[in-house]
Amino acid sequence: MSQKVLLSSKEINIILHRLACQLLENHLNFKDTVLIGIQPRGIFLAVRLAKILKEEYGVGPIDLGFLDITFYRDDFRRGDKPLEANKTKIDFPIEDKNVVFIDDVLYTGRSIRAALTAIQSFGRPKEIELLTLIDRRFSRHLPIQPNYRGRQVDAINGEKVKVMWKENDGEDVIYLVKT
Amino acid sequence: MSELSVNHLLGIKYLKETDIQLIFETADHFKEVLSRSIKKVPSLRDITIANIFFENSTRTRLSFELAEKRLSADVVNFSSGQSSVKKGETLIDTVNNILSMKVDMVVMRHPNPGAGIFLSNHVKAAIVNAGDGAHEHPTQALLDSFSIRERLGDVSGKNVLIVGDILHSRVALSNIFALKLQGANVKVCGPKTLIPKHIESLGVGVESNLRKALNWCDVANMLRIQNERLDISYFPTTREYTQQYGVNKALLNSLDKEIVIMHPGPINRGVEITSDVADSKQSIILNQVENGVAIRMAVIYLLASKIK
Repeated sequence: MSQKVLLSSKEINIILHRLACQLLENHLNFKDTVLIGIQPRGIFLAVRLAKILKEEYGVGPIDLGFLDITFYRDDFRRGDKPLEANKTKIDFPIEDKNVVFIDDVLYTGRSIRAALTAIQSFGRPKEIELLTLIDRRFSRHLPIQPNYRGRQVDAINGEKVKVMWKENDGEDVIYLVKT
Repeated sequence: MSELSVNHLLGIKYLKETDIQLIFETADHFKEVLSRSIKKVPSLRDITIANIFFENSTRTRLSFELAEKRLSADVVNFSSGQSSVKKGETLIDTVNNILSMKVDMVVMRHPNPGAGIFLSNHVKAAIVNAGDGAHEHPTQALLDSFSIRERLGDVSGKNVLIVGDILHSRVALSNIFALKLQGANVKVCGPKTLIPKHIESLGVGVESNLRKALNWCDVANMLRIQNERLDISYFPTTREYTQQYGVNKALLNSLDKEIVIMHPGPINRGVEITSDVADSKQSIILNQVENGVAIRMAVIYLLASKIK
C-alpha cells in the first residue's frame, strides 16, 4: 500500500475559505439556508465551514445539522456486517429552506442518493445543493454532481481518497491511497 | 461494527451482554427516527415478515407490526383463531406453508414454552419469539431494560424488584436474565405460591414483605395477575392479593425514596397498582410502550441484516 499527499493542510485551508466564500455569494445571510453535514465524515467539513462563515465573515447564526443515511442506503444486507448507524441531529425546520449537503468525498453518488431520500423525512426543502471537498471524477454510478467542489481528482478504482481532519485524526491532510 | 451473536431471538438466555448493548444502541437511532415527521426508513424493503400469533395479544402484535412497517418490510398477519390450525394442522406445516410464500422472518407467539426453539430447528427463516407460554418474552425484557437505562442512565448496579406472579410470567424470567446479564441486582416479591422453587439459583433474591422490598429497590416492575393462567387458586382472593402486593400512592409516598414504577401491561387497575400510581410521574409505563417499537425495530433490523 502506498499513499501520496493530494492536499496539504495549507491547501485545504485555502480551499475551505474559497468554498465558504462561494456559499456566502449564493446564500448571503443564511437566513433561509441550512447546512447539513453527511455522517460520518462530512460533519467535520460542515463544522469547519460554519466556523469560517461565522468567525471570519461575520455571518449570523447558521443552522447546522448532521444527517445519518445508514437506514436509507441501497446496500443494506449486501455487506458482511450490518451497517453502523450514526447520530442524526437536525433540530430546526427544513421545510422551504435551501439545504446544502456537505460531504468530504463524492464518489459513486450513492450516499448522496440516500441523503436525498433521508432528508425527505424532515420535510420538503425548497432546494438542495451539494458541496464536496473532493470530487472523484469518472466514478459516478448515478447522475449526481456537486454545486460546489474543492478539488477534482481522477482516481482509478483501486485507489482511495483518505481525508484526515485535525479534530479527528490529528492533522489536516488528504491522501490518495493505492492498495 | 459488531453484529448479533445469534440468528434468531428465541430468548434472552441465548444472548450475550454485547448483543443487548448493540440492540440498545441501534434502538437509540430508531427512537430518533420515530421522532421525525416521517417515521419510516426504507431499510427492509426486500424483507417479508409473518406475524403468527397462536395466542391473543394486542400491544405486542401492534408494536411488532408497527416496527416492521416503520422499517418498510412487507407484513403478513396470522392468528390461529381463524385458521387451519383449528382443522388439525401442525405448527411446522402451518409455518412451512407461510414460508412457501417467500417469507424471510417469523414473529411468533405461542402458548407452549419452547415453541420458537422447536421452530428454529425445523424451518429456514429467522425466528423472533414474541412470547412462548411461561418461558420467555425477550423483546419485552429488552424494552424494560432499555426504559430503565433511559430513566436512570444505566442498568448496571441498579436494584430492580419484580412483583407478582413470577411462576407463570415469561416477562419475569426474561427480565431476570436480561437484568442479571447487565449487572443489575434483582429481587422478586409475591405470594409464596407464585414464586418458583429454587429461583435463587438464578441469582435472584426473594422478599415476601412488599414494603421492605420497595424500600430496597430503585425500580419496581409490577406484573399482571394472569387470571387466564391461574387454573387453581394461588391466593385466597384478589382483594387480599391487592392488600398484600398491590402498590398505591400512599404506600409509595411513605417510602424513603422515589422509585420508578413499571408494568408490562395490560394493567388490572386497582389490583397490581392503583390508577394514581399508573398515571403518576414515577410511572414509566407509557415510555415502555413507546420504547417497544424502537426495540423491536432494532431487533428486526439486526436479524434481517444476517439474512442472505
